[in-house]
Amino acid sequence: MVAISLEHVTYRYPLGTGDALDDISFHIGQGEVYALIGGNGSGKTTVCNIIRGFIPQFYKGTLTGSVMVNDKPVSEYDDAELTQIVGYSFQNPFTQMSGVKDNVREEIGYALENLGLPREDIGRRVDAMIELLDLQEMADQNPLELSGGQRQRVAIAAVLVTDPQIVILDEPTSQLDPQSTEDIFNIIKLLKNQGKTIVLVEHKIDLVAEYCDYALLLEEGRVAMGGPIRDVLTDPKVMDHGGQLPQVARFFIDRNTKLGLCDPIPLTVQEAVEFKTGRGN
Amino acid sequence: MAYLELCDVDFSYSNGFEALHHVSMRFEMGEAVAIIGQNGAGKTTVVKLMNGLLKPSRGQVLVDGVTTKQQRTSQVAAKVGYVFQNPDDQIFQDTIGKEIAYGLVKKKVEKSAVKAKVAAAARLCGLEDEMETHPYDLPFSRRKFVTIASALVMDPKVLILDEPTAGQDAPSTRLLADIIQGVMASGKTVITITHDMEFVTKEFSRGIVMAKKHVLMDAPIAEIFENDEVLEEAHLKRPYIAQLARSYGIRGVLTDEELLRAM
Repeated sequence: MVAISLEHVTYRYPLGTGDALDDISFHIGQGEVYALIGGNGSGKTTVCNIIRGFIPQFYKGTLTGSVMVNDKPVSEYDDAELTQIVGYSFQNPFTQMSGVKDNVREEIGYALENLGLPREDIGRRVDAMIELLDLQEMADQNPLELSGGQRQRVAIAAVLVTDPQIVILDEPTSQLDPQSTEDIFNIIKLLKNQGKTIVLVEHKIDLVAEYCDYALLLEEGRVAMGGPIRDVLTDPKVMDHGGQLPQVARFFIDRNTKLGLCDPIPLTVQEAVEFKTGRGN
Repeated sequence: MAYLELCDVDFSYSNGFEALHHVSMRFEMGEAVAIIGQNGAGKTTVVKLMNGLLKPSRGQVLVDGVTTKQQRTSQVAAKVGYVFQNPDDQIFQDTIGKEIAYGLVKKKVEKSAVKAKVAAAARLCGLEDEMETHPYDLPFSRRKFVTIASALVMDPKVLILDEPTAGQDAPSTRLLADIIQGVMASGKTVITITHDMEFVTKEFSRGIVMAKKHVLMDAPIAEIFENDEVLEEAHLKRPYIAQLARSYGIRGVLTDEELLRAM
């Protein structure tokens, strides 16, 4: 089943001088982990806002083309219904706390309270999120006293607690240390195993290569490249469009060029090892 | 004598939370130093002590031989510039030009000099075409460069960058590297907190690893990435190229060129 589809989507922000997005088309199947990559200002967050319906609901401007979630136009959903299907963790970790809750536990449960769930259900689901994101130590702290990295994990917990089918994560690891970053990617893997669809905006391309199924590379509001992760991230053209190659892929592409080889290009360290053993060297 | 020195410093926040315990470090002029370690290790607290935003609970922080306890934050900040982790904690003017100029105007620097200095800092930070733009009309990642320009324009001896690589794309990361090299080339010191190990490897010669309120290791970057124990305790990862090299049984390699030669 197609979870998300955009067809010929063009969008201009109110007072914008040019199109923020220009004729964007792509589909995301249910259960896929789909990476949106590209330079700052290339349109990644705008795409997320369109999928979630914030554009044109809150940001007006001119939107044309078709945007569907679960085969139904986003414009035909009422917001409460769409909120339950699409969870969205925002880019800036410093502004995503509600500001109305004085401890992390209540912050995470806020959305469930709004949905009118029974107290004990809320408690159970919040506890599960605290465990999943390893937030035990800060459960009773004020969300506004947390560091950027801590807020980022609380924000993700507050999104996942509603158990949405589709999860949009806009740079979920930007403030995180390497270990916490990997923990978030392991959670993404877990969500994939639960059959969830994930849209991930991320600059850490080596981890995108390891965990994502597809990538769409945006450049100045247009689709520059797109397809299965291997096809996109082993193609040096990525760099001509403001993107980056994974370190390992880039190394082997350079090596092939310098030594006149045409060895297959691994995406990750683990693949490099497997390729080597496979070739019997 | 070191220009900036922390001597056996403890620091506790007013709620009683101890963030640093027995921390010592020293910096000469002309160094580029990366501070690395997990979230919550005490990295931001350490750099806020360096520019006088925080004063130690025990021990001394010496800037140019004078303890920060005897100086106002503004006096220390003139020598040690600090760029906050969150640009929005810092930005409050309604155009980028005014934001960058603020410190100079407040210091009553002459108008024409302000204009020239602001233009130079903006150019270094890729903002020359955005002088009339409202800071909040730029994305988060570029707002960070507004705050870097605001610090550069004051011409401090030491520049501290708190997680400047967070959320930056490849061209912005290169711009950051150029800024750091430029500041170093003028004989000043740059201290940077970052989680990006590739960036650390490329741009810095010395690293300070922090974990659980103290300094775990202070050494050349190459030595840090050879020390399994320290990496494990600080939950750090080697750069991918070093991981790849090790998977082939090659040690002591950090860059593409080194690995290509070793293979």
